[in-house]
Order: sequence, then C-alpha cells, then structure tokens
Amino acid sequence: MSTANLDSTVDADLQAQMAHGAEHEEEDHRLFGFIVFLLSESVIFLSFFVGYIVYKTNATDWLPAGVEGLEVREPFINTVVLVSSSFVIYFAERFLHKENLWGFRTFWFLTMAMGSFFLYGQAVEWLGLPFGFRDGLFGGTFYLLTGFHGLHVLTGVLLQGIMLGRSFLPNNYAGGEFGVVSTSLFWHFVDVIWIVLFILIYVWQ
Amino acid sequence: MSNATLEAVSPSLQPQPGAPDNWRRFFSFSTDHKVIGIQYIVTAFIFFLFGGLLAMVMRGELITPEADLVDRTVYNGLFTMHGTIMLFMWTFPMLNGLANYLVPLQIGARDMAFPRLNAAAFWMVPVFGVILTLSFFVPGGPSQSGWWAYPPVSLQNPTGNLINGQSLWLLAVALSGVSSIMGAVNIVTTIFRMRAPGMGWFKMPAFCWTVLSAQMIQLVGLPALTAGAVTLLLDLTVGTSFFNPELGGDPVLYQHFFWFYSHPAVYVIILPIFGVFSEIFPVYARKPLFGYRVVAVSSLIITGLSLIVWVHHMFASGTPGWMRMLFMFTTMAISVPTGIKVFAWVATIWGGKLRLNTAMLFALGGLSTFLFAGITGIMLASAPFDIHVNNTYFVVGHFHYVINGAVVMGFYAAIYHWFPKMTGRMYYEGLGKLHCALTFIGINLIFLPMHPLGLMGMPRRVASYDPEFAFWNVLASLGGFLLGVSTLPFILNMLSSWAQGKQAPDNPWRAIGLEWLVSSPPPHENFEQLPIVVSAPYGYGSDEPLVANDPAHKPTHDLTEGVSP
Ligand code: HEM
Ligand SMILES: [Cu+2]
Repeated sequence: MSTANLDSTVDADLQAQMAHGAEHEEEDHRLFGFIVFLLSESVIFLSFFVGYIVYKTNATDWLPAGVEGLEVREPFINTVVLVSSSFVIYFAERFLHKENLWGFRTFWFLTMAMGSFFLYGQAVEWLGLPFGFRDGLFGGTFYLLTGFHGLHVLTGVLLQGIMLGRSFLPNNYAGGEFGVVSTSLFWHFVDVIWIVLFILIYVWQ
Repeated sequence: MSNATLEAVSPSLQPQPGAPDNWRRFFSFSTDHKVIGIQYIVTAFIFFLFGGLLAMVMRGELITPEADLVDRTVYNGLFTMHGTIMLFMWTFPMLNGLANYLVPLQIGARDMAFPRLNAAAFWMVPVFGVILTLSFFVPGGPSQSGWWAYPPVSLQNPTGNLINGQSLWLLAVALSGVSSIMGAVNIVTTIFRMRAPGMGWFKMPAFCWTVLSAQMIQLVGLPALTAGAVTLLLDLTVGTSFFNPELGGDPVLYQHFFWFYSHPAVYVIILPIFGVFSEIFPVYARKPLFGYRVVAVSSLIITGLSLIVWVHHMFASGTPGWMRMLFMFTTMAISVPTGIKVFAWVATIWGGKLRLNTAMLFALGGLSTFLFAGITGIMLASAPFDIHVNNTYFVVGHFHYVINGAVVMGFYAAIYHWFPKMTGRMYYEGLGKLHCALTFIGINLIFLPMHPLGLMGMPRRVASYDPEFAFWNVLASLGGFLLGVSTLPFILNMLSSWAQGKQAPDNPWRAIGLEWLVSSPPPHENFEQLPIVVSAPYGYGSDEPLVANDPAHKPTHDLTEGVSP
C-alpha cells in the first residue's frame, strides 16, 4: 500500500481522530481502568448484600440468644461523618484543580480525620457488642459486612495519606491528578456502599 | 512486504519477541504484551500436561471396575486437582495468553493499556500454580471436594490443620481470581481506548469482540466467586456458619455464588475460541466472515444471557419448580446466539475454496465437537432430562466435548495459525496433521462412550463401578491414553520448528488483518506508525485496502507525523 492514496481515503474526521489518538494520555486509561475495577469490586459487595438478605429473610431465629438488636445512635453519627466527608473531599479536589495546594491539604486532611473517626467509632462499637463472629448467621454477616467495608475505609485513608505526602513533592501534580481523582472516587464508592449497608443492617432490624 | 524488508528489520537494535535467539526474555519481568502472551501460553501448557497426567492416572484406575490402581481418597484428590488445574491453570491462562498476544496487534495498538499490571497478573499464575501443587504434599493430601468445593463436603477438614488441601485450594483460586480481574481490567481498557485510528467497533476483528465479551463476564462474575470463596474459607478456618448446615448455615447459597460465576465462566472459555473460529474460517475458505456484524454482536448477547442461566447446574439441588422453569427457558435461549454463530461459520465455509492445512483441520474438528456438545447441552437444559442424568457421566461427556473438544482443538488451531507470526518460523505440516488426527480420534474415543455410560446411570466421581459399565470404560481409557500420546507430535513440532523451521514470511496464509501487515515476529511496539484503518475486516475477494498507510514503516507523509512518537 502506498502512502499516495492517503489523502483520498482519510477523511477529515479520521484526521482529527488521529491527532487526538496520537498522544493517548496514559492518565485517561488509568482512570477508565480504575472505574472498571470499581464496578467489578462493587459486585463483591452486591454478593454479600444478596447473601445477607437471603439469610435474614429465611432465618427462623435471626438474633443469637441474649441479643436484643443493634444500637443505632452511634452508628448513625458515624454515618453522618462518613457521608459528609464525601463533600469535604470534593472541595479538596476543587482546590487542587485551582492549584491552591494549602486549601487542598487542609480539606484533604479533614477527610482523613473524618475517615479515621469513622474507623475509631466502628472499633468502639465492635468492642462493646455482646456477640461475636461465630454467633450464628447474624454475627457472621454483621462482622463480615462491616469488616469488609471497614477494610475499604482503611485502604481509603491510607491512599489519602500517600496522596497528601505526595503533595509535598515539588510539582507532583503538575502532570495530572490521577492519584487524587481516583482516591476521591474510591472514597465516594466506599460512602455509597456504607449507606446501603447502614440501611440493611441498622435500619432494617 | 517481502522477506527482504524482514531482513532489514531484524538486525535492528530492538529484539523481536518470539524469535528463538532471545528465549531468555521469557524468564524476565518483560512488559511486552507479546512476551507475556507467550509466557502465559507456555506456562498454561505445562499445567495442561500436568492435568492430563492426572487424568491418565484416573483413566488407568477406571479401566477395571475395581478400585485397584489408586486408593479412593487419592482418586478424589485426582479428579479435584484435575478439574481445578485444567480450568484455573490451563484454560484461563491459555486464553489470556492468546488475548494478550493478539488483541493489541489486531486493534493496532503498541501494547496493552497497563503493561506492568499485565506482567504482574501473569506472574501470579506460577505462584498460585505452585500453591495448588503444594497441596499434594500437605498432611491429608489435596482437596477432595471436586472443582465445585461444595460445602459441607469441603468443610470436613479431617486432619484438623489450618493449612490443609482445601484451604490451599481456596487460596489458589482466590489468587487466580485476583490475577484474572487484573487481566480483565487491562484487556477491557485496551479494547475500549486503544483501537487504531479509524477502527470503529464494526471494523474490529471478531476475535477482539469475543475477548471483550468474555472479559466483561470475568468482571461481573468473578467477584461473586470471590465472595463465596472468602466466606467458605472463613467457615473452614474461623468457624463461622455461613454455609455450614450444622450451625444453621445455607450450603445451597454457596452453590448459587459458585455457579453465578462458574456458568458464565464456561462462556469466558468458549467465546475467545468462537473468535478463533471466526478468524480462521475466512482465511482458509477465502471468503468474508458471513454476517460479521451479527456474529460480533451475538457475543455481547451471550455475555448478557450467560449471567442469567446458572441455576441449570442446580436443577437437582432442591430448586423450586418456578426456578427450574425459568432457568430452563433462559438456558435454551442462550443457544440461539450460539447457533447463529455456528450457522455463520458454516455459511462462511460453504462453497469456499478450502485450504485444509493443520489450522483449518483443527478448527473444523473443534466446530464439529462443539456442535455435538451444544446438542447434549440443550438436552441437559431440559430439567426433566437433567434430573435423570445429573451427576452421571453424561454431564462429564457434555462438558468435555466443549472444553477438551472445541476449546483445546480451537487452541491448537490458533497456535498453528499464528505460530509463524509469533516465532517467525513455519511449522511442519505433516506432523501437524498427524497431531490433528490423533487428537480428534482420541477425543471422540474417550468422551463419546461417556454418553451411553451416563444414560445407563454410571455416576461421576467414583473410583469403582459395576462391571456392566466395563466395556465403555475400557474404550474411554484407551482414548485417554491416545490423547496423551497425541501431545507428543505437537511438542516435537513446536520445539523443532521454533529452533530450525523455515523462515516465515510476514503473511504466509495471505490473511487480512493488522497483525499480518508487520514482520514475523512483530517488532517491539508492533507498529512503526499506528495503522489507519479504512475498511471492515475479512475483505476476502474485494480489493479494498484494510489500511491507508503502511504501519510497518516509518511515515514518509506529513499527515501521519502526529501519529508516531
Ligand atoms: C448450547 C449451549 C450449552 C447448554 C445449553 C449447556 C447446558 C448445560 C447444563 C444444563 C449443564 C448441567 C448439567 C448437570 O450438572 O446436570 C451443563 C453442564 C456443564 N457445561 Fe454446559 N451447556 C452449554 C454449553 C457449554 C459450554 C460452551 C461449556 C464450556 C465451555 C460448557 C461447560 C459445561 C460444564 C463444565 C458443565 C459441568 C460442570 C460440572 O458439573 O462440573 N457447556 N451444561
Ligand atoms: Cu452452565
């Protein structure tokens, strides 16, 4: 094939596409890939939710002996803190976008603090509960769901720590903000999962 | 391009992945998709031989009605490890290898979207392969609960050790899932975002369509299996009660988790092989793929339907009647898009000028075994019939016709077809045809007798049986040994052709496709300039060019300046 027929066969649309496609930014791929990953990850939670619903609706004696139910007040406060942190992280991202690094760091740190508060609250709740992991399907699903979600919160906080540290490297975010954008996306994901979890476990008793 | 230009390319500083002179790179953490593809395929093939060896011990046991060759518990371990190795260590990695090698070349990309993730995903395969193999050596031996690992059988743990065959099995399967998810994210991103300029969806080869559809299944299904495996592991090690009926758990829920993934998984397996058929038939029949667009889209329809048929594996698990009806219907529905593909291939071959070399023969053999398996599949889809033959050799016959018939033969077809591209050498036709004949005869000899056996009522997963079943079992065992022997000409052919075969031209089959426009083997990063695709694939018999430039050479024209780095 000679290059002579290029002009005739390549139309303007294609030329534009070529110019655009030439420097496929790696960043774009990473964000796309990360979203694909999150969608897939959400199916694990979905499976756990479905399992929980099946167990709960079929159980004859759901609560282990001596257990009355779950206290909702503290978990509710925890929920409010975690859900609000989704807004806080959004502002942090906006600051970074406007290249206001200290604004970014302040709000980003605040998110981390709220996430840590959530984890602390959850630990306190776990320690005060009268049932364990092996106390029937109720105990099993409760610790599995909250524990698996808690692991995600912990991951989120650790990722935020890394991104915070990286903001002190000179010019780190000049080339793009993939790390921050994806961490924040992950955080929203963890939040949404928690809302479903809260409804399933605490509201529907 | 001619051989002269090949000569001009090879001595360049970029080594060509696949050429025999630099085999050491296959033992490195290379991020080149072609190296990784071959790494996957060779590693998987070694496990294929291992799994095959286990199968031959089993066939040795079954050649007589008594359990004499191996102990019953050993036999349980053998079929469990055979099934697990064949699926998680052979089939999935092998298909990932084909996808890795071919997809970037076929869509006109220089590599996968995430080359390092790609290498990491591959290197997990030997890791979990070793973990699984180690379970032969722990006290109590490997898992004996079959590749399903249904509780309560899988929860027994007679030795009481924390590290036992079953927990290692679960660990290996979970790691395999992580590796597959990493691969799936990579492949899906690559296909969505890195197609060459001009390659719209309906200019993409059918193989890439099937790979995309298969990997989407992985993304949706695997997490469910992971959820099931993690909870089973907790039951086994921590003592929770999710699936343990003694403690109030629900073992059938595990079956749902398992089959929600593992039914779609059979389409993860067969779809890329459908893709291979769609690539190979047009080349050797010299005709365009019949109904290309429909064939392409039917893969996606299969993806969708495959997610709603899983309960056909549980017709006999106390499943309520309405569920049986529903899933019987969806299962039958999924054979429609599958049937469309079969018709398209037949129509492609029909009236074509057939070139019956090894790749084409394997593809035809794979198509015929698939057809047979599809028919037994539809029989099984009907709940009343299934309840009759559930857990008998009929089911074993059905799925081996697909997995050992269509998938293994399709794999061989792909290897012969792309061998010249991968290595730059031609294989020996004679040895290839011998290999094909032995394989085809072996497969039918071992798996055909399983159907009458199943109808007579011989249960699967037993080490001994009633003497009335002996005749068919002897035949099957002989077929099994023949199948084992059939790998020898293949291995001989591959090794000797790779080392000293005739130099392959860039396009030995006069095939149409981006991978055939570059040298054999393709250079590092594949294309000097990204191809500009201007027509649909499979343009056999038309003189429309596939691309508007020559991707194997540096651009000489202003227009393409922006394309090459
Ligand atoms: C026309 C399409 C197909 C239909 C209608 C179909 C139907 C079925 C049904 C109903 C069963 C359950 C039998 C039982 O356990 O009682 C089954 C088992 C099985 N099928 Fe298929 N099938 C089809 C294609 C395939 C394909 C393409 C593959 C693999 C690539 C496959 C692999 C399997 C496997 C592995 C099992 C048995 C799993 C086990 O019990 O260990 N099938 N099939
Ligand atoms: Cu199935």
